[in-house]
Amino acid sequence: MNALKRILGIVWIVLGPTLILFLVMQALEKINAAADGIARTNTTLQWSIIIIIFIPICAGLVIFGYYGVKGEYDRLPRSSDDL
Amino acid sequence: MSKPDDNVTQSITKVIAASSLGTLIEWYDFYIFGSLAVIIGNQLFPSDAGASALINTLAIFAAGFIVRPFGALVFGRLGDLIGRKYTFLLTLVLMGGSTFLIGLIPSYSSIGYAAPILVLILRLVQGLALGGEYGGAATYVAEHAPPGKRGFFTSWIQTTATLGLFLSLGVIVGTKNILGAEVFADWGWRIPFLLSILLVGVSIYIRMKMHESPVFTKLKSEGKISANPLKESFQKKANFKMVLLALFGATMGQGVIWYTGQFYAQSFLENTCKLDFNESRYILLWAILFATPFFVVFGSWSDKVGRKWIMLSGMLLGIIFYRPIYQYFIDATNVGEFQKTELLSTSAPVVTSKFNPETADSVITTTVVKTLKSGGTFKEVKVETIHTDNAQAAEEPKISYADVTLSSSTYWIIIGLVFFQVLLVTMVYGPIAAFLVELFPTQIRYTSMSLPYHIGNGVFGGLVPFIATLVASFQGSTPLSGLWYPIGIATLSFIIGAVYINNNGDQEVMD
Repeated sequence: MNALKRILGIVWIVLGPTLILFLVMQALEKINAAADGIARTNTTLQWSIIIIIFIPICAGLVIFGYYGVKGEYDRLPRSSDDL
Repeated sequence: MSKPDDNVTQSITKVIAASSLGTLIEWYDFYIFGSLAVIIGNQLFPSDAGASALINTLAIFAAGFIVRPFGALVFGRLGDLIGRKYTFLLTLVLMGGSTFLIGLIPSYSSIGYAAPILVLILRLVQGLALGGEYGGAATYVAEHAPPGKRGFFTSWIQTTATLGLFLSLGVIVGTKNILGAEVFADWGWRIPFLLSILLVGVSIYIRMKMHESPVFTKLKSEGKISANPLKESFQKKANFKMVLLALFGATMGQGVIWYTGQFYAQSFLENTCKLDFNESRYILLWAILFATPFFVVFGSWSDKVGRKWIMLSGMLLGIIFYRPIYQYFIDATNVGEFQKTELLSTSAPVVTSKFNPETADSVITTTVVKTLKSGGTFKEVKVETIHTDNAQAAEEPKISYADVTLSSSTYWIIIGLVFFQVLLVTMVYGPIAAFLVELFPTQIRYTSMSLPYHIGNGVFGGLVPFIATLVASFQGSTPLSGLWYPIGIATLSFIIGAVYINNNGDQEVMD
């Protein structure tokens, strides 16, 4: 199981930036496809909010993956003394 | 003569009742805004474009959810520094006060742009308060609960989010039925907001009589309170890695299951399946009513078999069954097809005509109410544009359906399917408070558990209706395409939870 945790750690490290890239590409496509006026203003704002929120979360996923690769989750704390 | 155990149980019962009541009211306050978003939009926001559109969008779909993690940080830190009791008393006052004030804000026609700006500010306060409330209540109850019963006792706190939604829907539907749709849209919508002050008053009175958590009091008397809970939670790797694990392996998946079952289902039935306003809400009310006891069932069961696999099973069942369930919703409400073979009667048409002086075209709208042999009814609206310019080709009339009501059998099947989704909510949500509490030590518990909880629920969960609707509007997508968002997030969380989380965590919370 520990080997799987470490291998999946690499997947999470790659997944974080991939998700952001995917969101940015989707945002550009949808904003350009929106009609002018209110629709475009709102679409830009909505996508900006989504991307701003998900950037730190995806960064967290990368850190999670890094900890996984480093074996930080091989043994989880059994009591608060382990923390 | 009463046994010592009886006294403990009685004391815990009071703790649970007082904590749950306050948390329920906070959820009620938070959800009435969402349930009345359309009416609030009409009353408090301008309908034209420009800056107002930005504020409108922010306030309605995002602001309250997005600030929840910040509330978790601010009030979580406060709770770990000055104590649980006073912190969640403060969040209750803020939530109740801001909800009451939303009910008093004059409309856009009276005070202009000040109306949406004030609503936005109050909505932000609501989000911050909710971000601080839940972690405090869950921690407070868990720190009173004996080992081996923590899942059972904290599961009562877990019922409050669903019951808060139930209460908000009930008050809204009840007020609308009493006042009538027109009066409700005019000023009646303010009543659910104003009512909040009474509920909060009662809850504050009860909470004032409560004592501080015994675990926190002990820690304080020993001088072991954390000097900087934020720093300890997020800069100390041993704690931070658990915060990340809690988020990605549990709360992220739990959040999307919660909001798909209890928000997206109702939104889908109303907007995609065109179900009648009240009918879609009654379906959710019945489903919630039947499913709510299962929060306690699964919370209690998690004390015996562990928290992990109950939560992950809820996610897995959602991943497997969401698409078939929502496909059934579409099939069962396809009145356009049903009327070809099942039409029983058609009402006299109501015709309205609107002349456009700029183009000199007329728009004729014909509305009929049709009844099916099965007992279901629906409104068929046909819109035709008559061009005065004969050279212009005639357009095909546009036909749409609205206010669909279901036959009795279909109605109960759909209640059953929404009930199943809420049952999954009880599986993922019932044990999660105990799971989070046991993951972190007392000094930083309030801060550490609140953040992953509110990112999981406020961000991943709260954005389900919006992101799912957005995905469903992509070119080439189907009405079911929006489900890929909750399914994808739940799958990711399931894999991480299954691989990285232990089924038997640290049962000791007195440390």
